[in-house]
Amino acid sequence: MSAESLTLDKPRSPRRPAARRNNFELYSWLFMRLSGLALVVLVLGHLFIMNILDDGVHRINFAFVAGRWASPFWQFWDLAMLWLAQLHGGNGMRTIIEDYARKDTTRFWLKMLLYASIALILAVGTLVIFTFDPNIAG
Amino acid sequence: MSVTASTAPAGTSDRAGASRLSGTFYRGDPAMWSWVLHRITGALTFFFLFVHVLDTALVRVSPSAYDAVIETYKTPFVNLLEVGLVGAVLYHALNGIRVMLVDFWSQGPRYQRPMLWGLIGVWAAVMIPGTYFMLERTVSTMFGGH
Repeated sequence: MSAESLTLDKPRSPRRPAARRNNFELYSWLFMRLSGLALVVLVLGHLFIMNILDDGVHRINFAFVAGRWASPFWQFWDLAMLWLAQLHGGNGMRTIIEDYARKDTTRFWLKMLLYASIALILAVGTLVIFTFDPNIAG
Repeated sequence: MSVTASTAPAGTSDRAGASRLSGTFYRGDPAMWSWVLHRITGALTFFFLFVHVLDTALVRVSPSAYDAVIETYKTPFVNLLEVGLVGAVLYHALNGIRVMLVDFWSQGPRYQRPMLWGLIGVWAAVMIPGTYFMLERTVSTMFGGH
């Protein structure tokens, strides 16, 4: 072992960025657990009803959706599931991008694409739940 | 996501074949693969969700447009993909509960490995009858049923 000089920043070097500028990552960590707990019920319930119960996916059509969204309970269920799943999944995808993107520009544009898709899906999904018209055919 | 380095108990294997006696290893441990699978199932579900919200949005276009797209969900191949989706989401949910127990339960880190075997058992116990009910109609139609 040679005694070469190590090029380490001094711990209190002024150019060193602050270790923690805000608590965003803490809150996102906590959000993943709280939303995850709610999504276990919301999503597994949704999958069980839609894919397994009765005739599963084979009974789903426009009339089936109209029947379900006639009830405020299922409207609220689906709205909560949409928002929680999109934010939970979006935050997970953000973590994946942060982990694997190697260049800052790649990271930036992947995140912009992600945020645009989250905004699009939340807007479209919310609009559809609130403006659903069972008599759209006239 | 937080089932990380410190949770693997002593005596576990390391992919590089390092000494099993000299400490704890995360790399190559089942705990690492549970994290890898958590990522993959989560990302796949996110992409499905993107498609699924858009196909459901067709109820705002017309009943026939929605029904036409939903018919593809009933074809044998897509039906099989649905079994995969349910399996992926179920794993992600069960492992997510395990992650929460590791993070918030004082005994969680100690029992992370038995909890992993437990969730695999629960997953299989749900998926075996679940797969049967999801594919029952498709299979009976394909092989000369009604």
